Amino acid sequence: MGKHNVTMTINGESVTAEVDSRLLLVHFIRENLDLTGTHIGCDTSNCGACTIMLDGKSIKSCTYLTVRADGANITTIEGVAAEGTNSHLQQAFHDQHGLHCGFCTPGMIIRSMDLLKTNPNPTEEEIRWGISGNLCRCTGYNNIVKSVQQAATEMAKEKEASV
Amino acid sequence: MIPANFNYHKVTSVKEAIALSTELGEEAKYMSGGHSLLPMMKLRFATPEHIIDISKIEGLSYIKEDGDMLKIGAMTTQTEMEHNDLLKENYPIMGDAIWLTADPSVRNVGTLGGNIAHGDAANDQPALMLAMRATVVAEGADGTKSIPIDEFFHGFYMTALEPSDVLTEIQIPKAKKGSGGAYVKIERKVGDYATAGVAVHVELDDNGVCQQIGIGLTNVSAVPMRLERGEEVLRGQTITDELIAQVGKIASEDCEPESDLRGSEAYKRSVVDTITKRMLNKALERARQ
Amino acid sequence: MFKCKTSPEVGGMGHSVKRKEDARFLHGKGNYVDDVKLPGQLMMVMVRSPYAYAKIKSINKEKALAIPGVLAVITGYDLKEFNLHWMPTLLSDTQMVLPTDTVMHQSQEVCAVIATDRYIAVDGAEAVEVDYEPMKALVDPYKALDDDAPLLRPDKEGQEDNQIYHWEKGDRAKTDDVIAKADVVVKERVYLPRIHVASIETCGCNASYDKDTKKLTVYLTTQAPHAIRTIVALVAGHVGLSEEKIRVIAPDIGGGFGGKVPVYPAYVVAIAATFLIGKPVKWIEDRSENLVNGFARDYHMDCELAATKDGKIQAFKVSTLADHGYTDSSANPSKFPTGMFSICTGSYDYEHAFAELDAVYTNKAPGGVAYRCSFRVTEAVHAIERMVDKLAAEIKMDPAEIRFKNFIKKEQFPYASPLGWNYDSGDYKQTLEKAMEMIGYDDYKKEQAEKRAQGKLMGIGICTFTEVVGAGPSKDFDILGIAMFDSAEIRVHPTGKALARFGTKSQGQGHETTYAQILAEELGIPYTDIEIDEGDTDTAPYGLGTYASRSTPTAGAAAAMAARKLKDKGRKIAAHLLEVSEEDIEWEVGKYFVKGAPEKSKTIQDVAFAAYTNIPPGMEPGFEATHYYDPPNLTFPNGAYICVVEVEEETGAIDVKRFVAIDDCGNVINPMIVEGQVHGGLTQGIAPAMYEGIVYDDEGNVLNGTLMDYLVPTAVESPHWETGHTITPSPHHPLGAKGVAESPTVGAPPAIANAIIDALYPLGIKHLDIPITPDKVWDAIQVAKAKA
Ligand SMILES: Cc1cc2nc3c(=O)[nH]c(=O)nc-3n(C[C@H](O)[C@H](O)[C@H](O)COP(=O)(O)OP(=O)(O)OC[C@H]3O[C@@H](n4cnc5c(N)ncnc54)[C@H](O)[C@@H]3O)c2cc1C
Ligand code: FES
Ligand code: FES
Repeated sequence: MGKHNVTMTINGESVTAEVDSRLLLVHFIRENLDLTGTHIGCDTSNCGACTIMLDGKSIKSCTYLTVRADGANITTIEGVAAEGTNSHLQQAFHDQHGLHCGFCTPGMIIRSMDLLKTNPNPTEEEIRWGISGNLCRCTGYNNIVKSVQQAATEMAKEKEASV
Repeated sequence: MIPANFNYHKVTSVKEAIALSTELGEEAKYMSGGHSLLPMMKLRFATPEHIIDISKIEGLSYIKEDGDMLKIGAMTTQTEMEHNDLLKENYPIMGDAIWLTADPSVRNVGTLGGNIAHGDAANDQPALMLAMRATVVAEGADGTKSIPIDEFFHGFYMTALEPSDVLTEIQIPKAKKGSGGAYVKIERKVGDYATAGVAVHVELDDNGVCQQIGIGLTNVSAVPMRLERGEEVLRGQTITDELIAQVGKIASEDCEPESDLRGSEAYKRSVVDTITKRMLNKALERARQ
Repeated sequence: MFKCKTSPEVGGMGHSVKRKEDARFLHGKGNYVDDVKLPGQLMMVMVRSPYAYAKIKSINKEKALAIPGVLAVITGYDLKEFNLHWMPTLLSDTQMVLPTDTVMHQSQEVCAVIATDRYIAVDGAEAVEVDYEPMKALVDPYKALDDDAPLLRPDKEGQEDNQIYHWEKGDRAKTDDVIAKADVVVKERVYLPRIHVASIETCGCNASYDKDTKKLTVYLTTQAPHAIRTIVALVAGHVGLSEEKIRVIAPDIGGGFGGKVPVYPAYVVAIAATFLIGKPVKWIEDRSENLVNGFARDYHMDCELAATKDGKIQAFKVSTLADHGYTDSSANPSKFPTGMFSICTGSYDYEHAFAELDAVYTNKAPGGVAYRCSFRVTEAVHAIERMVDKLAAEIKMDPAEIRFKNFIKKEQFPYASPLGWNYDSGDYKQTLEKAMEMIGYDDYKKEQAEKRAQGKLMGIGICTFTEVVGAGPSKDFDILGIAMFDSAEIRVHPTGKALARFGTKSQGQGHETTYAQILAEELGIPYTDIEIDEGDTDTAPYGLGTYASRSTPTAGAAAAMAARKLKDKGRKIAAHLLEVSEEDIEWEVGKYFVKGAPEKSKTIQDVAFAAYTNIPPGMEPGFEATHYYDPPNLTFPNGAYICVVEVEEETGAIDVKRFVAIDDCGNVINPMIVEGQVHGGLTQGIAPAMYEGIVYDDEGNVLNGTLMDYLVPTAVESPHWETGHTITPSPHHPLGAKGVAESPTVGAPPAIANAIIDALYPLGIKHLDIPITPDKVWDAIQVAKAKA
């Protein structure tokens, strides 16, 4: 059983740790770093509750070895916006009632961040396909779609204002 | 679900990978995206003693046309392929397949090389590669080898690769005027592995006669399957609806599906017939544009 | 339409205020059971049976115990020493906590490994060696009563076969007679398969026993913390766990849907483990453990519906075979082994009905949870709604017309149903009309005729259901003897802000917002000034929990009643402050004023302050109230759903084009939340209709025990839902509300099934069981064509 030193940036802070080869990134985040906003829902890479941002791309952290994240830049739900503030997506999920139990929400938000980065103005169909790796059992998705649409609009407005 | 213990090794060059793999022997496994291998390890269907991480090897992630070949580095992720302009423009069959593969977060990590090297008839890329007559380029202890795709898939999770071979590149004959391809799979829900999938690549001459044709099938046989008998019917012919219908029928006869949760054998054969016809038509339409 | 009495700032009933609980979830600060980490935390992993039915010859712990970090392996024999190896189920059956000799279903708990860390515990579980002697499993419930069937429960005294019970309701002879003489009788065996709630958070617990204080604290994924506390005290009282020393805390719950009502064996093992070891023991189920253990539905219903030739329904009969697995652990009220199944006569007015049910044991996991449904209402509604459609098709009548013809009329409420329910209110005609108008029913009918002429398959499906929720009047409803009331306790602080506590437990329904809105409506205190607290048995008043859409009907009512007690006290205080007699005080949301002199007034906040500072002589100080609400009747939400589908003959592919849901859940507290609940329920309705179902092979192995193969719909499979509502207030509920969240799960499956079967009808297909998948459709088309 190998041990490895890893250093990575999580939510803007550098962390160093010694980890086992097999330690899954989701457990490192939840148990070693106590960032419990990232959840586990399936263990088989199907539900997306564990989605985090790694080097600017959404990934399922239950299917990623911690050692492989050595040197990576990671954002979890806790680092999406400054303490006490909402990102456009967080605000939109609140405004549009895009969450019920909240268990899928961190993964949904991180996945949607990646989606809006690659496709800032998605159609309803593109949103639905874009979040298809993230399951929600509560909302029926209508309001999640609306949340992503609201965030897209707000982000476009902000971009326009800044140019 | 947690994998059994193993030892992790990171390598930064193909040479280093081969040397380490040779040294560690059969119990070592390469990992690129890890999105086929790690799920199997979590379920303890696979329990390798050593994982050699090849994802940090630089220079194996690219998509380019070079001479008369399209070359894609083995470590190129499916997301990189999805958003690549060259593929979007000239190889729409790739977009067809990737859109239907897993989900965006999986595609952010899963690589083309891994999808092929896994040797799983349920994966989508093998059928495309068979249809497009790809060549698999690998580096091994005995140097570089180019393996024609027809000789690549040997059995259930078994390929022509030696345990220490690193798949480095996929080469596909460059798209030319008059060529076109298309892929579709029937899936129970989005992100699912195929109930059945069909990839078609066709090349027409100026008179619309079929010069080259490739048909690959997904998940209806133990080993990724090329529909040779169907291809023969079309090669050298002006493709008509009758011929297409004939090939659909051949596809449904030659495939070897089993009844399972995805449906009965008869259903799968019927679906293969239908989507073979549809993809032939779609590929032809694209070839004629 | 409902008119709001309060301003948006106060946020009483009818306002779509944003949810108060959102912030913590949006920022990753929700606190779910697996997030709770206690000092000295240990982890537990279960070893589970690979066989559906086997003798356990031996369990060898040695290799597991040799792994550094593995502290204990607990078997049934270890529990037997404390007489804790069996536990009672809610319906007076018995369930193994851990087996001593036989395993009865695949994935049953065999023993538990406790270790310092999750990874080590998993390794330990892999290292335990269990020697099994497999036996031929009984999988088909229809074979359970055969003479040569193995007797599955010889441990139960007097149990001579595999029948658990027979139940019946109604007049068999009369119903049979009417059916025998009817112009038209349609028959069908309708099966609702085993499904799983599959909340995205699985189940788990973190049990911690303090050997000095003798206090047990259990963080638990439970929808009913108080009931669990009582059950633990009843089960483990003999080893010294008494109820005042047990604290059950349900923190944030990642979806419940009925799956978090039962007591799972591993909870008990974790409690036993912490009791023995004295350190906190956490168990978190993985997804396969979750999907394979526990279930809902699994009713095989033989239905007969009789009518006159012009479509007037005369009688309904249903004989059901219920597969309960190896023990009856249905979470039903004691006197209702089949739950509210007798609501199966539906929204229609006729005189004769008979329902009977035989429950049997098989080698499958127990469960029978009320999955987002008020105890077997989904099964009942599916049966009647499929049969009404079949009747309509048989006599070539429009499915809407046959419903209009048979609806219970608005003036007939309260309506005594043939199987003994007293429907409180409804306007079924108006609700269906609204749904038809919203979807454009007549246009779709025309389009369908055109498509059929071209040989295309298009279907329109209707479901007009009546639910029965809000258990319950305590004279009829209890869980293990505990009456099904619910409670609210309000404390208004001197500054006029409040804390209210409840015996229920939200799992995403938004209680922190809706309960505050009810209190805002009653007291005029802004909802933002009211904290809501639930889930901790040390602080919350006793209640039976949240399931079966009972929170609004019971705890919501309790909140209103407690608030009214406060208002009465406030009136006395206001009279004292305004120096008039109590009779001269009038109330208007948020303030008391002197009759005829509205300028002389005191706000509720003034009154609250006075309750602590300027108390009328002789009055008890403070401004608090508690109410335990025992509803006089159940409530009967209802709705009309219409679905339009197209089916591709060649592949069997099904395209849901439109889905309109009109719900009548009485007065609405927060329309935004109600709409969200309906969306979610609809997706949980399309799931069993088209995707989900637990599949067993002949050996009793579950073939789809992961989310790879158990097909929970994604945003792509889930249609864009269209919703609306009508309002017929409940006459007996203090707020006129009925409860809503389960209607869509009940109403959507038959609407979808009816639409698909309607599409296939021209081919001669008259029924398909759910889930209706493309391959099933394709197979059915081939059979129909071969016949034709
Ligand atoms: C939820 C989910 C759904 C999925 N759905 C689909 C789907 O619908 N269709 C589909 O096609 N795929 C699907 N996949 C698989 C996904 O596309 C994988 O990422 C891909 O097949 C493998 O790529 P990888 O880089 O992750 O390979 P890895 O998992 O790293 O490797 C797979 C195998 O190939 C070997 N290998 C990898 N790279 C090399 C190399 N360069 N040289 C030699 N050997 C190598 C490894 O040793 C291993 O045996 C799904 C995966 C998940 C988790
Ligand atoms: S827990 Fe990672 S995808 Fe479900
Ligand atoms: S809000 Fe509960 S799973 Fe999405």
